[in-house]
Amino acid sequence: MKKYRSWSVVLILALAFFGWFITSRFFPFRLGLDLAGGTQLTYKADTASIPQADISGAMETLKDVIERRVNLFGVSEPVIQVEGAGAFSRENRLIVDLPGVTEIQEAITLIGQTPTLEFRLMKEGITSAPTATSTLDDYFVSTGLTGRFLSRAILEFNNQSGGEPIVSLQFNAEGSELFSKITRENVGKVLAIILDGEPITTPVIREEITGGKAVISGNFNPQEAKTLVRNLNYGALPLPIELVGTQTIGPSLGTTAVNAGIKAGMWGFILVALFLILWYRLPGFVATIALSMYVLISLAVFKLIPVTLTAAGIAGFILSIGMAVDANILIFERMKEELKRGRSLTDAIHEGFHRAWLSIRDSNISSLITALVLFWLGTSAVKGFALTFGLGVLISMFTAITVSRTFLFALPQKGESKVSKFLFGSGFKK
Amino acid sequence: MFVVKYRKIFYSLSAILMVVSLWAMFYFGFNFGIDFRGGTITQVSYQADRPEQTELDEALKGLNIGNHVLQPTGEQGYVLRTKELTNEEKETVLSILSQNNKNPLTVEKYDSIGPVVGSELKNKSYTALAIVILCIVLFITYAFRKVSQPVASWKFGMATIVALLHDVIIPTGLFIIYIHYNGGEIDVLFVTAILAILGYSVHDTIVVFDRVREHLRTNREKSTKENFETTVGKSVSETFGRSINTSVTIFLVLVALYFLGGEATQNFALVLLFGIIVGTYSSIFVASPLLVTLEKLQKKS
Repeated sequence: MKKYRSWSVVLILALAFFGWFITSRFFPFRLGLDLAGGTQLTYKADTASIPQADISGAMETLKDVIERRVNLFGVSEPVIQVEGAGAFSRENRLIVDLPGVTEIQEAITLIGQTPTLEFRLMKEGITSAPTATSTLDDYFVSTGLTGRFLSRAILEFNNQSGGEPIVSLQFNAEGSELFSKITRENVGKVLAIILDGEPITTPVIREEITGGKAVISGNFNPQEAKTLVRNLNYGALPLPIELVGTQTIGPSLGTTAVNAGIKAGMWGFILVALFLILWYRLPGFVATIALSMYVLISLAVFKLIPVTLTAAGIAGFILSIGMAVDANILIFERMKEELKRGRSLTDAIHEGFHRAWLSIRDSNISSLITALVLFWLGTSAVKGFALTFGLGVLISMFTAITVSRTFLFALPQKGESKVSKFLFGSGFKK
Repeated sequence: MFVVKYRKIFYSLSAILMVVSLWAMFYFGFNFGIDFRGGTITQVSYQADRPEQTELDEALKGLNIGNHVLQPTGEQGYVLRTKELTNEEKETVLSILSQNNKNPLTVEKYDSIGPVVGSELKNKSYTALAIVILCIVLFITYAFRKVSQPVASWKFGMATIVALLHDVIIPTGLFIIYIHYNGGEIDVLFVTAILAILGYSVHDTIVVFDRVREHLRTNREKSTKENFETTVGKSVSETFGRSINTSVTIFLVLVALYFLGGEATQNFALVLLFGIIVGTYSSIFVASPLLVTLEKLQKKS
């Protein structure tokens, strides 16, 4: 009993700590778009023109390109995900989350362009640095050489200069001719490589290059060079995208939903606690402490992972508050049964935990199966629900069993007095 | 135990509810939300008083966007349901709703989903439903594998399937009847609720089955001859209280969610409420007596 008492103190301290952690500023809760307000855009990528093996690489590059565009737009913390084709979908999709953005017209226009790669000559006599209003055309002249003419880019290491990474480009026949013409006529000038309207490298032409092979040497580190190669290889591929879904939620709807969720959660908790204490008395009170522990640990876990909370996710969590005490109820009912059979209080508590375990385990496994399948079903709303619900099942197994056992055993168990009989009894009848 | 003794009455009650539910499904049909069939929902709120609905309806009819449904929402807003809109169409629709900015508005919510994404999600949902049922049945069969006398373990699985179908069909039927009169849609949250109900219903069923398993084991150890009907009846009556109580706690949080949890999850809470009630009922009054019926059938053959 002494052991359980010291553990109880530890648990109460932990309770206080979690309480502090949840209300603290550290690791803020991450709210989904439906609660924080913002826009989710779903794009379909047309991958018909590229070979199967290149699709995932191309999608990654598409993602990078769009990430860059979104960053240009000044969105804080955009989330961009690739959703590959699978058993249920023949389409490769890109899902773009723009928190806080509700005026989406400009964003859509900006994102919607197909990624382009082009080679442009830098104008001569440029002295001023680019300003916010200057455009590409102010600085560069189009050469007609675009990603369409590039057959591939390779990462190499220059043996002469101590293994410095360089990027070598191979043009196709048509491109080689164009490239040799450009280089012949413009020796000494800068030929910029521009991805999506942004110069990614600005090498100087040293001599005419025939044979369609060009080398870009710069102050790359290997990682930069690798990214460049990938961008050149895949960014060069035209991967048209089409908007297939838009979801925008204004901030006021989200705030209302968060407040409603908190209110429902608090009342749900209060109702369950009242029921437990009125029906199961002292064990019910212990279960309420275990339930508080459950709520606090779950919220802390949501903060730490972090779980993106959606309206459905909050609903899942509230539902799990009702389910978390199931294990306690099974244990207490079993305890009551064992008491009726004439066991001592301590034995009854032991047996209650021991014997209820099988049905607790089996029933929780079925809930976990559901949570897993739901997670896979996976629109963001459903995923949010599945995640909070599934985590809830796992955490509640710990709190309902371990936490309540610790507290119950920490209590004195004389068991013969009327008071303790009342306290450990339940329901309306004696 | 009355539950086992009068099982035919409970079977009949369930059968009637199932028939009513199936009838509702065929008669009213499934009003799928845009996440399943594609389409656009636009919710706006006006800074001042909202314009007359008839005016807006007229103007929207003039557009070439097919049928639309315009409904007032809150004090100063409208919800507009249309086919999937393109960007240009969206701009036109918004300017009509704001009457060329005469009535400034804020877009509270704009949901547009393409038909392909929708039908994919629908297929995925059906599959998810099938997978959950299959996994649960397999799991039950596995968990009760050591039970072979007097009923084979797969019969526990069988009884569970019937209970699960019961718990899918009746809440679906009730919800369809509800939305027919009060408005609402079958959306992905509905599917989520149904799947959660499945997980829960079996939760309750396991508690009773687990007790049956325990009794069978002790009877065998003590070589007590006991009628299977008596064993099941005893198990049901012993676990009656906890089946009800575990459902009560969930019922309580769902009531809180329904009344306080906001619009987005209200129908979700309602489906779950239907499901918890029906699921608890089926665990006690359908699944367990079914074990007895299955055993009787086995004896006859």
